[in-house]
Amino acid sequence: MPATEAVAAPRRLEWLTATVTDVIVETPRVKSLVQDVPRWPGHRPGQHVDVRLTGEDGYQAQRSYSIASAPEAAHLTLTVERIEEGEVSPYLAGEVRPGDQFELRGPIGGYFVWTVAAQGPLFLIAGGSGIVPLMAMLRHRAAASVAVPARLIYSSRTFGDIIYRDELDRLMARRDGLEIVHTLTRSQPAGWSGGMRRIDREMVASAGFPSSQRPRTFICGPTQLVEYAASTLQELGHEASLIKTERFGPTGGVG
Amino acid sequence: MSEPPISRGFRARKRPDGPANRVPPGQHLVNDFPVLSAGPTPHTSLEGWSFTLEDGPSPLAEWTWAQFAALPQTTLKVDIHCVTTWSKLDTNWQGVTIDTLLEAAGLGEPPELFTMIHCDGGYTTNVPVEDLLDGKAMVATHFEGRPLAPEHGGPARLLVPHLYFWKSAKWARSLQFIAQDEPGFWESLGYHIYGDPWREQRYAGD
Ligand SMILES: Cc1cc2nc3c(=O)[nH]c(=O)nc-3n(C[C@H](O)[C@H](O)[C@H](O)COP(=O)(O)OP(=O)(O)OC[C@H]3O[C@@H](n4cnc5c(N)ncnc54)[C@H](O)[C@@H]3O)c2cc1C
Repeated sequence: MPATEAVAAPRRLEWLTATVTDVIVETPRVKSLVQDVPRWPGHRPGQHVDVRLTGEDGYQAQRSYSIASAPEAAHLTLTVERIEEGEVSPYLAGEVRPGDQFELRGPIGGYFVWTVAAQGPLFLIAGGSGIVPLMAMLRHRAAASVAVPARLIYSSRTFGDIIYRDELDRLMARRDGLEIVHTLTRSQPAGWSGGMRRIDREMVASAGFPSSQRPRTFICGPTQLVEYAASTLQELGHEASLIKTERFGPTGGVG
Repeated sequence: MSEPPISRGFRARKRPDGPANRVPPGQHLVNDFPVLSAGPTPHTSLEGWSFTLEDGPSPLAEWTWAQFAALPQTTLKVDIHCVTTWSKLDTNWQGVTIDTLLEAAGLGEPPELFTMIHCDGGYTTNVPVEDLLDGKAMVATHFEGRPLAPEHGGPARLLVPHLYFWKSAKWARSLQFIAQDEPGFWESLGYHIYGDPWREQRYAGD
């Protein structure tokens, strides 16, 4: 018998119907869609789904979106940033209102994943909407009530662009071992005490964990930020195998 | 199968540009070149680089960077399709085809039916031999006339354009012939074992 037949055929990820129950305005360009997804099989923090939209004329478009909610949450939540010239994100982060439906399937991806079982310390670096899969990890950490030491460096353009700002403040106020450093790259409000520049080596070294503590590190954001943060961490002695990356956006150039 | 729900008010922003016979189901065209990798980009020096052909555990041939660059070069103009749904048409690559590597190693026939590609950073991917032969695949060192950038897989990546692009493994360092098909890195994490974009084989079971 050929080897391929000896293995049970894996189960296909089915398209499920998601019904939006709530739309949360996170920033002027970002919305969270809270959904009811019957038969959702569950997920681990860091995983994503493929969303499929079908127009009245039958036209379909598919894109990937990270899961923002913790596995413990009753509803599945996605958080979408509107890309002006885009096809899908202006619809999801603009048009969609409660009661609307679309399809999704997942969970997808088993590498960019952290659960409390993986322990810590947990070191997260995010740029812009790159916070989304990392938020699922922080929400899971809080829901599981573990005190695994965790640190987040989060780069946004302006104060108003910080996604989940109030919830991040509340998570840090629990004083359960989570520390968050914000940095704002374009403009800062009066009296701003956080970072005022792009994530750099000094910030990673001072706000992160030393390599001797072997933090589980997750970096998500635009390619440039991810490349820079990952190579800086390696220069600081962090092991490549402990650094996991995910990139959403375009490179801005080719090659 | 039931009809998919209509997403109220959703319509194509742009016409599904590009010839339909070149864009597989569920894909859309992009002009930039997105980067997706699971971990840090390895920066391998050309002095330390080599490419190896192996039959199971036994090395068959090995080329240094200079030797590899001296092998007969081929250019390919192809469409590429990433599992995250972007496709890019008419990309130009230069490198050494697998046919040329086999010939340079003095192998008339590939020793086994399957391969595993091994990469810097520990990545692997599996490809059946027949998908690598007859000019269908190469180890590419140049993209659009320039040396391949590290974040796109430089110094050298596999290029198997008729499969989803994760099969075109970045930072390739050896091609190992194996007797039975085995899942590589992404294939062990829920992605399809073969990955044909025209049959939309994105995930296991598709
Ligand atoms: C694994 C994974 C997880 C993702 N998770 C999320 C998430 O949680 N939230 C989220 O908002 N997005 C996420 N994305 C990105 C998402 O899949 C889409 O690419 C994004 O929403 C743009 O789609 P669009 O149809 O609006 O634009 P498209 O029509 O696909 O693109 C239009 C133009 O915008 C450019 N573009 C695409 N993305 C960006 C960007 N980020 N910044 C600037 N320009 C861009 C394209 O290059 C293109 O020129 C994720 C992507 C991946 C691969």
